[in-house]
Amino acid sequence: MTEFLAQGGYAAFVWPAYGVSVAGLVVAAVIVWRSYAKAKAHLAALETRRP
Amino acid sequence: MFAYANPKRFMDLSGPFVPWLATAAAILLVVGLYLAFTAPPDYQQGDTVRIMFIHVPAAWTAMMAYALMAFSAAIGLINRHPLADAAAKTAAPLGALFTALALVTGSLWGKPMWGAWWVWDARLTSFLLLLFLYLGYIALWNAIEDETRAARATAILAIVGAVNLPIIEFSVEWWSTLHQGESILRKGGPLIAPVFLWPLAAMALGYTLLFFTLWIVRIRTEILNRRLRALQMGAA
Repeated sequence: MTEFLAQGGYAAFVWPAYGVSVAGLVVAAVIVWRSYAKAKAHLAALETRRP
Repeated sequence: MFAYANPKRFMDLSGPFVPWLATAAAILLVVGLYLAFTAPPDYQQGDTVRIMFIHVPAAWTAMMAYALMAFSAAIGLINRHPLADAAAKTAAPLGALFTALALVTGSLWGKPMWGAWWVWDARLTSFLLLLFLYLGYIALWNAIEDETRAARATAILAIVGAVNLPIIEFSVEWWSTLHQGESILRKGGPLIAPVFLWPLAAMALGYTLLFFTLWIVRIRTEILNRRLRALQMGAA
């Protein structure tokens, strides 16, 4: 496990690269999904209010 | 093609497609990550070779996204098609994200291998220009209030900026650069050993499908928001 975490002495480069990529993609997916859900809810609310 | 490009048709057709696309992307990324961390260290680059599995897919997706954005923008400009404009507009922030990820991971790979976080060579500089093209495109959309005028102006920027794509692609051949040359899609087959090629392929396909998932959901959001604005304007 320690060996895996050390990444052959390159841990300081490998882990931040993966960390930034995973964080960036997860945050983007959450933002994209939330704005979709929000738009859908707004539209549904507006459409039910109108005949 | 335009029969399917009607916003209503697009909403009906793309809806059931999104969960499948998202699942396929997730599976590929999990498999890709597993293969990426079980591959042996490279005999020259050691464990930093693992950065390749996220750097190359990010760079590939960033360029593909730009090509798709410029293509959609051109269709929007020529055919005055609102769905094409929405497709171009919503691709830009995603493209900018993948570009930024390619630049950051490249920098984290460059430091241990080249001894520098950044060098002003042709590949890196043209890729930085790609980020500025995306940011300029987004800023221009936000700067023009009228949607139709904004779509036209941004389309011209996107199309002119597409000149940068072949420059990025061939920069490693045209100029002497620190960045390595083409090593996957080349005449005579890939230069990479299969043990590195498989995780790279899984991650590249995973990144591509993730981009398409997010892009489709963003286009759907844009269509809903346009309908919302039209309803609100009608009510006012």
